[in-house]
Amino acid sequence: MIARTLTIARKELLHIVRDRRTLAVMFFLPVMQLFLMGYAATTDIEHLRTAVLDADRTPQSRELIEAYRASNYFDIVGYVENEETLARMVDDGEVRAGLLIPTGYGEDVAAGRTADVAFVIDGSDPNVANTVYAASQQVGQAQGIRFIERRLGVKAEDMPGVEVHPRVWYNPAMKSANFMIPGLIAMVLFTLTIMLTALAIVREREQGTIEQLMVTPIRPIELIVGKVIPYVFVAFFDVLEVLAIGVFWFGVPIHGSLSLLLLLAALFLMTSLGIGIFVSSVANTQQEAMLVVWLMLLPSIFLAGFFFPIEAMPGFLQALSYLVPLRYMLVIIRGIILKGVGLEVLATQVVALVIFGAVIMVFAATRFRKRLE
Amino acid sequence: MTFDGLRQAPSVKRQASNVTWGSSTVNDYAVEVFNLIKKFGDFTAVNGVTFNIRRGEIFGFLGPNGAGKTTTIRMLLGLLRPTGGQATVLGYDIVHQAEEIRKHIGYMSQRFSLYQDLTVSENLDFYGRTYGVRGGRLQERKRFVIEMAGLQGRERELTRNLSGGWKQRLALGAAILHEPEMLFLDEPTAGVDPISRRAFWDLLYRLAEDGTTIFVTTHYMDEAEHCQDLAFIHNGRIIAQGSPEEIKLHKMQGQVLEIDCTQPDVAITVLRQMGLFDEVALYGALIHVVAEGIAEHKPSIAQALAEVGVQVRAMDIIAPSLEDVFIANVRNNAD
Ligand SMILES: Nc1ncnc2c1ncn2[C@@H]1O[C@H](COP(=O)(O)OP(=O)(O)OP(=O)(O)O)[C@@H](O)[C@H]1O
Ligand SMILES: [Mg+2]
Repeated sequence: MIARTLTIARKELLHIVRDRRTLAVMFFLPVMQLFLMGYAATTDIEHLRTAVLDADRTPQSRELIEAYRASNYFDIVGYVENEETLARMVDDGEVRAGLLIPTGYGEDVAAGRTADVAFVIDGSDPNVANTVYAASQQVGQAQGIRFIERRLGVKAEDMPGVEVHPRVWYNPAMKSANFMIPGLIAMVLFTLTIMLTALAIVREREQGTIEQLMVTPIRPIELIVGKVIPYVFVAFFDVLEVLAIGVFWFGVPIHGSLSLLLLLAALFLMTSLGIGIFVSSVANTQQEAMLVVWLMLLPSIFLAGFFFPIEAMPGFLQALSYLVPLRYMLVIIRGIILKGVGLEVLATQVVALVIFGAVIMVFAATRFRKRLE
Repeated sequence: MTFDGLRQAPSVKRQASNVTWGSSTVNDYAVEVFNLIKKFGDFTAVNGVTFNIRRGEIFGFLGPNGAGKTTTIRMLLGLLRPTGGQATVLGYDIVHQAEEIRKHIGYMSQRFSLYQDLTVSENLDFYGRTYGVRGGRLQERKRFVIEMAGLQGRERELTRNLSGGWKQRLALGAAILHEPEMLFLDEPTAGVDPISRRAFWDLLYRLAEDGTTIFVTTHYMDEAEHCQDLAFIHNGRIIAQGSPEEIKLHKMQGQVLEIDCTQPDVAITVLRQMGLFDEVALYGALIHVVAEGIAEHKPSIAQALAEVGVQVRAMDIIAPSLEDVFIANVRNNAD
């Protein structure tokens, strides 16, 4: 039993070693995804390209522009003469924001009246727009306080008032990478193992070698287990790879237990391997398998809350998300890495994954028969 | 041997197969097939075939493309579930005891199905181990198989780089590593050059001499002559069976006249237009005409051909080849 399983595993390993393309996918795809997510999929806003329309041209208006520049959120990349030019620059994506200071701004400030300015934001990406919106107001308010200080001749600290000191837990610097990278580990684990196991089995069907295998005394369970063993190792290698780059390159801190993380990753593998085996039982060609995998992956990734929080979804989708195993793994992995929590907190998720894993595995294994029909 | 036992309910039959024919010594037949049927939806691929294979013989299963050869083999190995009928292989029921069957047989599927990205040696290791052949015995069997297939010195070559003939012999080697009692070979020589085919059949003879029962499908008629027993399958039905000699003797109605002439294509048209013959067919450059009492027709044939300017070089009554028989039977079957 064990000997035959290992025979299959050894053969599968040879396929992997001989196939350069698959090897490349296995080891570089996660790294590529990591750098893409770590850099490109970030909602951190710094140095947003901004144009200025200064119709006022007073020392006061120049001071305001300087305040925006100094905030670090905005890079003033150009001055424009009229609103049309500004609109075109936003349309073209040359700039993402625009500051409009009308004539009379300096006068109003000098006279101690409330001065109005306009701030244009490219809202195509709502996440970015939210941050920019807040930042633009913040800079304006700070400028307002400065005016008050000057008029009253006192420092803001000496005035009565309430100051809120927000403390951002778990991710104090609010870096997107800290949120994205743990999620990415779960996703790599999920995508790669489903894809690799499905393809490994379907390839044998496509090439006709499965027929020869089926007439040997190998039992279906030995075949399945033997075939997935090498991919389990690949999956763990990838997890460690992504984790290492996350920690050493992106500076993501791991607050919880690494061994608990790996243990629960193994539990999660049951589910993704099971899905892979299931896919292989419905697909006849590698192309079909890829299609089925993508059809399942895309909704999974969104419903699981990889990009957007589940709480922000409509109730119907929230309910649906309970059926997505990736959801539980995301909570687990973010919990362990960002919050440093342990089993006592993650119990619900762990139980959910045990149930999913067992059901999917049994289902996939019973569908897998040593017959051609 | 009758099939009465097989007609009973499956549970009774299984019991019977254990008691009566379960051990390999009791029964002369390695394979017994009774009224086996396979339907794919509305389409009947195998339509009630019945045949027996004696232990130790080379049994040829002949038929054109799509006749149902592969489907029959797949049912015998438990890869497809029969729609109807019964069969046993080495005394084991094909539906309920497929796993037992698999331990004792070797199979070469129609499509080459060793791993192209593995070396010769790795493929043999793999298949040996799946059958539980390992250690010293594996080394010994591998050496035997490699020597038999003439693959010495190529052990480390990737299978992908072998030519057709080598691949075929390697696949046979992989199928016999575990010394199976019986071999199922599905068109093992398709697409292989004549010299490699010859070499392959020599291997089959050696195996048969050592007592291995061989079930081989082919559509090469010359290969059929090498078999001890034959069954012709056409459109899912067996239309003739027996030894090559029996088939030629009994299954053929009429005699065969072989004509060597100029413009064979013109000649064939003329002969067919005469409407007197059961069969007029072209074999290479020679024409075969089949009819009862063909000798009487020789003068009229000569005259008809002369009228259209065809020169007859030779015209003789010959012993029918299997191909003649096959074609005659296909025609009778269609009637
Ligand atoms: N899985 C299947 N589903 C539907 N039809 C099938 C299936 N397998 C085979 N057939 C059909 O059954 C018929 C018999 O096929 P089979 O492969 O047994 O023929 P064969 O005698 O082996 O022919 P060949 O010489 O081409 O290998 C063919 O018409 C084929 O198209
Ligand atoms: Mg076939």
